Amino acid sequence: MITTLLYSMTGLILFGMGLFTLIVHSHPLRKILAVNVMSTGVFLILIATAYTPLGQGEVDPVPHAMVLTGIVVSVSVTALALILACRVQETSNLDLLKKKTVPETAKESTT
Amino acid sequence: MIFLNVDNPSWMITPIIVPLTAGLLCFLFQRKTFAIALSAVLVNLLAACFLIGQLLTCGPMRYSMGGWQAPLGITLRTDGPAVLMLLMTGVTGFAITLYARGYFSFRIDDPGGTDRHQQQQRYFWPLWLLLLAGLNGLFLSNDIFNLYITLEIIGISAASLAALSGKPAARLASFRYLLSSLLGSLTFLLGIVFLYKSCGLLDLDLLRNLTENGPGVRAALALMSVGLLLKTALVPMHFWLPPAHANALAPVSAILSALVIKGSFYLLFRLWFEVFASSITTEALNVMGGLGAGAILWGAIQAMRQHRLKLMVAYSTVSQLGYLFVAFPLSRAADNAQVWSIVIFMAMAHACAKSAMFMSAGTIFLHFGHDRIQDLTGVRASLPITVLAYGIAGVTLMGLPPSGAFIAKWLLLSWALASCQWWWVLVIIAGSAMAMIYVFRVISRFIVIPEGFSSQKLEFHSRLLEWPALALALISLLLGLVAPWLLHILAKGSIDLTQILPGGLP
Repeated sequence: MITTLLYSMTGLILFGMGLFTLIVHSHPLRKILAVNVMSTGVFLILIATAYTPLGQGEVDPVPHAMVLTGIVVSVSVTALALILACRVQETSNLDLLKKKTVPETAKESTT
Repeated sequence: MIFLNVDNPSWMITPIIVPLTAGLLCFLFQRKTFAIALSAVLVNLLAACFLIGQLLTCGPMRYSMGGWQAPLGITLRTDGPAVLMLLMTGVTGFAITLYARGYFSFRIDDPGGTDRHQQQQRYFWPLWLLLLAGLNGLFLSNDIFNLYITLEIIGISAASLAALSGKPAARLASFRYLLSSLLGSLTFLLGIVFLYKSCGLLDLDLLRNLTENGPGVRAALALMSVGLLLKTALVPMHFWLPPAHANALAPVSAILSALVIKGSFYLLFRLWFEVFASSITTEALNVMGGLGAGAILWGAIQAMRQHRLKLMVAYSTVSQLGYLFVAFPLSRAADNAQVWSIVIFMAMAHACAKSAMFMSAGTIFLHFGHDRIQDLTGVRASLPITVLAYGIAGVTLMGLPPSGAFIAKWLLLSWALASCQWWWVLVIIAGSAMAMIYVFRVISRFIVIPEGFSSQKLEFHSRLLEWPALALALISLLLGLVAPWLLHILAKGSIDLTQILPGGLP
């Protein structure tokens, strides 16, 4: 019981830390890493739910399958976020990112 | 030939498999992508109609993927709301596909066009088909972890689509969109973990049978709701929506505004009113209604203040989403099927009208090179059909009869009065009045041709740019006339729970 609780609490703390960084920091790379830390936290809690002490029944396989799927999703989303962050930096300077407000005007120079 | 029987439940994988396969084919073959996409969207529409017919003859169905039964395997199911959402996606998706063809060929044929437009078209088709597969999966899936996967598929393809236009503002908006959507889906996943920890189940029908109402279930519901609200862009979590929708290419804006948002809303509604209906308190319903009322007013005020056409349409999406949430607190006065009917009417009418509006705005942007509202005087002279489509879609947004939105608002008003909650009536009426202001403000500029005005001669004119928008606007207007038929489909009710094997419960 105490093992599950320990791992679950660690997972929750990781989730909270990631959430804090995601909201507070403005650098795109930090935001992407924060999302990764958050998903690691969720996976940790999920793995902890599958835990059974040795010799007290079967380990539940469903959370393991869910974590595997979740990791695949997390990797692909991180790749997409990284490439988008690179493209944002190519076309615009970092000052744009540091501003709190998004420029809302649709630029006219597209057509 | 047992597989070809009409009552075989395995037909319901068609709307998921076909767009997914077609999307992969579009990646492999770079020619004929439009032919592949068009046939996939057509098959998808036919499959939606077929599933409606199947529902009417055989009732709701469940299908276990690969023969694995409920507690372990993944199940799909059809019922009234699911097939109607499939129909909405099919019809809107078909029109958007035609419009996108016209849009891209217009830009590629443009003498000033570059390779960039060619490339945009190349990536648009696979991403759009992937998004379609994800949406259909969301409407049909009955397993909560599978729903998380479909949410992620939708989020990834929607963010990539939003970045397609390549403008710096669009890239930044799409990066923010991706991060918000990730935050939403991670919160949703944490909710799933809590739910699995307290119930040990993932199947929605099995969860509904569970009478457990402990703190774990309530925490799970709260986390999942917050995640989905962020994805649905309810005020005050709408910050990512206007820049992402307004800076995207016109067909993409139509997809994002009409379909993507409805996906997460549909899931939220299903969780609140079907799966966890016993854990919902009146206070929680009132909070959702209050946020919805805030969304109606705030979105409408912002829409009235905008100087750009596309931003105005995007803020009107924020406003219209509020009506879907005002239906929450009225559910105590009505039964489940009635609340579903309000929400489905509103969602279908808004999907058709809003995509028609974004298409018209995109056509105007293409021909005039800008979308500043004050400089768009006399557009009627050059693009009469587009202006007509815009106006009819505006009628739906205001909620005038016989549009589907009128039916939804009428039901909302009558239940609000019947259950003595008159304050919602004020909000709904104020929202409709403000919708009238922001629609007429634009239409009046389009229609009035000042003296001595020489209409711009337009070189390019593609029918595909104008007629799909008009068709969708007309569908949204005439939706109210087929209301009894839609209500009949909805009344087919939910699945008989005895079909699920009871021995599978842990």
